[in-house]
This record gives sequence, C-alpha cells and structure tokens, in this order.
Amino acid sequence: MSTAFDMTAGQVTIDGRKILRGVDLTVDDGEVVAVLGPNGSGKSTLVRALLGVQPLSGGTTLLYGRPPARFREWWRIGYVPQRLSVGGGVPATVREVVASGRIARQRRGRLTSSADRQAVAAALNEVGLSDRAGDPVSSLSGGQQQRVLIARALAGEPDAFVLDEPTAGVDSGSQQMLAETLSALVERGKTVVLVAHELGPLEPLISRAVVLNQGCKVHDGAPPTAVGTHALPGHDHVHPHEPEPAETTLPGWALAQEKA
Amino acid sequence: MTIFDLDFMRYALVAAVMVGLTAPAVGTFIVQRRLALLGDGIGHVALTGVALGFLTGTAPVATAVVVAALGAVAIEMVRARGKTSGDVALALLFYGGLAGGVMIIYLTPGESTASLNSYLFGAITSVDATDLWVIAGLAVAVLALLAVFGRELFVLCQDEEVARASGLPVRFLGLLIAVIASVTVVVAMRAVGLLLVSALMVVPVATSQQLTRSFRTTMALSMVFGVLATVGGLTSSFYLDVPSGATIVLLALAGFAVALGIGRFVRRSRTGESTA
Ligand SMILES: Nc1ncnc2c1ncn2[C@@H]1O[C@H](COP(=O)(O)OP(=O)(O)OP(=O)(O)O)[C@@H](O)[C@H]1O
Ligand SMILES: [Mg+2]
Repeated sequence: MSTAFDMTAGQVTIDGRKILRGVDLTVDDGEVVAVLGPNGSGKSTLVRALLGVQPLSGGTTLLYGRPPARFREWWRIGYVPQRLSVGGGVPATVREVVASGRIARQRRGRLTSSADRQAVAAALNEVGLSDRAGDPVSSLSGGQQQRVLIARALAGEPDAFVLDEPTAGVDSGSQQMLAETLSALVERGKTVVLVAHELGPLEPLISRAVVLNQGCKVHDGAPPTAVGTHALPGHDHVHPHEPEPAETTLPGWALAQEKA
Repeated sequence: MTIFDLDFMRYALVAAVMVGLTAPAVGTFIVQRRLALLGDGIGHVALTGVALGFLTGTAPVATAVVVAALGAVAIEMVRARGKTSGDVALALLFYGGLAGGVMIIYLTPGESTASLNSYLFGAITSVDATDLWVIAGLAVAVLALLAVFGRELFVLCQDEEVARASGLPVRFLGLLIAVIASVTVVVAMRAVGLLLVSALMVVPVATSQQLTRSFRTTMALSMVFGVLATVGGLTSSFYLDVPSGATIVLLALAGFAVALGIGRFVRRSRTGESTA
C-alpha cells in the first residue's frame, strides 16, 4: 500500500507566528481522514501544507513519496479550497470553472478532449448542477458555489481528494449528496482528507480523525462519536478566516477522548 | 477624399485594429485577476522608460518596453510575496514612474515635459511603416502567448492556490502575464497614450461583462468592442479634427454606458420571464 500524504514534524510560520508546531501526519491510500478543531487551529494551514501550497518552515512533507517541488503527478490530487465564493473579476460559467479542474491532465496547446468533456459532465451531474452549467457562477448561492468547487475537483478524476470544509454553508440535503458521492469514491479506493466542523452525514465514512488545537495535533485515531458544541444545530461556520481566539478545549472531543 | 487615401491613416487604422484586439484580450485576464489598475501602473512606469530613451538617445519605445516589463515584474514579485497588497504596490509604482519620467526628461538637454506629450496622450497618426511592423509583431506575439497559455492563465487568475495545487508553474505564469501586459501597454501607448492605456484593457472588458455569462465570450466580445472603439474613435477623430486617444477612450466609455443599459434591460426581462 502506498502513502498519499506524509508529513513529518511539519512547521509553518507566518510573520513570525507559529501556525503549525510540528505536526506528523501520514495518510495511506484509501483512508478517509477528517481534520477537526476550532477556528484558527490551523486546519486549513495543515492541508495547504500537505499539498505544498503553503511552504513549511520546518519538517518535511511528501506527496506520493516526493516533496511538492519535485512532485509531477498533480492530476492525482483534487483540492477543494475553503472559499466563500468562486472568485474572479470576469464572469465565468459553472461549466468553465468545473472544466478548469482538468488542467493537470491537459497538455499545453492541446484542445479539450472528449474525455475532458465527459468528466466535466459527470462531475456536474454528480453535484446536481447540470442544469446550471451555462450560468455564471456568481449567480449561484454560496452553497451551490461550494458544490461547483467540489465538482471542479471531481472533474480532475484524482486519486486523492483534499476538501477544506466542503460542507460549510451547505444544506442537509446537499450534505447527504456529498456523503453519497464521497462514499462512492471511497469504495473505488480513493483517498480523502477533509476538514470539517460538523461531520453530519459524512461521519460513517470517516476512518480516522485528526484533531488540531493551536497548531498542534491533539488527537489522531478513531473518529470521536460524541456530539460536541460544534455539531449543534444553529452553530454555522460560514465565516472562514475570521480572527477568533482559539478555544483551548473542545468539550465534545475531550469527552470523546475520555471515553476512548 | 476618404481616410484610406492617406498613407498615415492607413497605418494608423491597422495599428488601431492591433491595439483594439490585444489590449482587451490581455485585459480580460488582468480583470479576472482583480488587478484592473495594473495597466495604469505599468503605463506610469513606462513613462520613465520613454524619458530614459530621450536621455540616452535610444528609441523611446524600446526603453519603454524594457522599463515597463521590469516594473511589471517588480509589481508581480511584491504582490506574490504578499507583504504589501497588490494595489499598494501598484500605487507606489504610479508615483515613482511618473516622477521619474518628469525628472529624467528635465535632466535631458534640449527636451522638456512637452516632449512627453505624444507618449502621454497618444499620437497614432505618427505611426510609420517600421512602427507598424513592430506593433504587429508584438501584437501577434501577445495573442499567440495568450492562446497557448490561456487555459493555465484562466486557472491562475481564477484561484492562485488551486493553480498551485494543480502543479501549474505559478510564478512563471504570474511573470508571464505581467510581461505580456507591459508589452501590450507599450503597443497601445501609440494609440491612446500612457495615461489612457489602461482604459483599453479594462473598459471593453467591463462593457462585454454586462452582456455575457462566460469567460470565453467575455474575452471575444471585449476584443470586438476594443476594435470598434479604436477604429471608430480614430475615424471620427479624423473627421471631427479632435485628439484621437481621447476620442477612442470616450467612445469606449459610451459603449460601456449603452451596454450597461442593455444588460440591465435584458436581465430584468429575463427575471420577469422566470417569475411569470
Ligand atoms: N496568510 C496568513 N497570514 C497571516 N496569518 C494567517 C494566514 N493564514 C492563516 N493565518 C493564521 O493561521 C492560523 C490558522 O489558520 P487556519 O486558516 O489554518 O485555521 P483553520 O483551523 O482553518 O480555521 P477555520 O476553522 O476558521 O477555517 C490563524 O490564527 C490565522 O490567523
Ligand atoms: Mg480553515
């Protein structure tokens, strides 16, 4: 079995502030790992560092056995970033954004292939946005735009998915759909790393949970079954990257660890 | 007599078509990247390049390309480091470029700021056959680069982080778009002048956005609007005997106002249909 992501003592320092303080994390092929923790604990930073998008200030990280700078098989990775909306100052259709997920599989100067078109159509269908394919993304709601980002990653047909809060601001019906999509991928042996605040319908899929607090890994193992404050209805996380004081304890997780 | 009977007008018209095609094509990516004012920043820096041309006795267009490209690379590097925001970096270059240009021209014997006028406000009717070849070559190069790298540039301008996680050469692409933009600025300088150059990169894009839904059609339509503005502006300035650069930009802005109205109307009737 090969290893998709392998971080050893990963450190990230931004403007002199330690954001990740020596995290070890190995994700094997076919694993479904949830990254949990309070706002500002470094979840996004961790997954960005795993991908090499965020440079490390210490430690190492490997993508399928290679450091990000020497990694060449980028088509094996599908990344869904944490975004409030799909950016850009010029209109772009849902189909255009989803099709851009094929970029790692396309050769420079080559025309779009029929395989590209089929993968895009399948991805749109998977997230239930086929009928909106020709609409500008900016005309979609926040939750629908989140689904566009997921479809973009699906379109690339990668081996490993890295999803940063794919369920933020998404209604329960769509969360259920995402859970079904992911479980189909997992059955086909795909690897998934996902950041979440509330696992909701995704919970049965998770094979392992990693909990971060203030840039340190405080739990790595069985997914806690407890229902913490973060899973309570009405506790919505649709405001990423707000500077909030990090909570020192998560009542739910603490409880779960005691039980475990 | 028509404008086609005059050599200088024929050259000017060909130059106008080139500029009308390239500036909005590059502009679409720049606006997508939310750097609409990049062209202005580069234009101001290019002024220092023009003045350096006068000082050293070299062709101002050549020095302008070099200095503008260096400026654009500097903007991109400051932006990519992320310490200063992109717009602040641009602002710093605005001031430095303009002040540098004025100072250098003052120090050049026999020249005054009046020498800069045709570069500041454009002098498309002064384009000769040699200029035309240079302009055409640069325009073709710019369009060819956009065609080859367009797909990657779209991802970069849409979401830089995703571009990086797709293995794209993000730093190279960022520098590429910056250099393409600076070449375009210098090409368009002849038509509308450095102070108005950015208008041709931004206004046609803003105009077509009012009417389109996709990136591809926005780009194509903005090139149509760009050519309409440059050719229409040049022609009417000839018959009305008014400055060409200003006419081109005012025409482009008028087009924007019309498109804004049409876009509003179309959207309203569309929503009217769906609720009916
Ligand atoms: N580009 C940046 N510049 C400065 N500080 C940053 C930057 N990115 C992240 N940080 C800081 O790093 C810390 C961790 O941020 P991160 O986005 O990884 O948190 P998170 O766990 O994903 O939070 P959330 O649940 O809100 O998404 C925060 O304190 C944040 O302020
Ligand atoms: Mg986050």
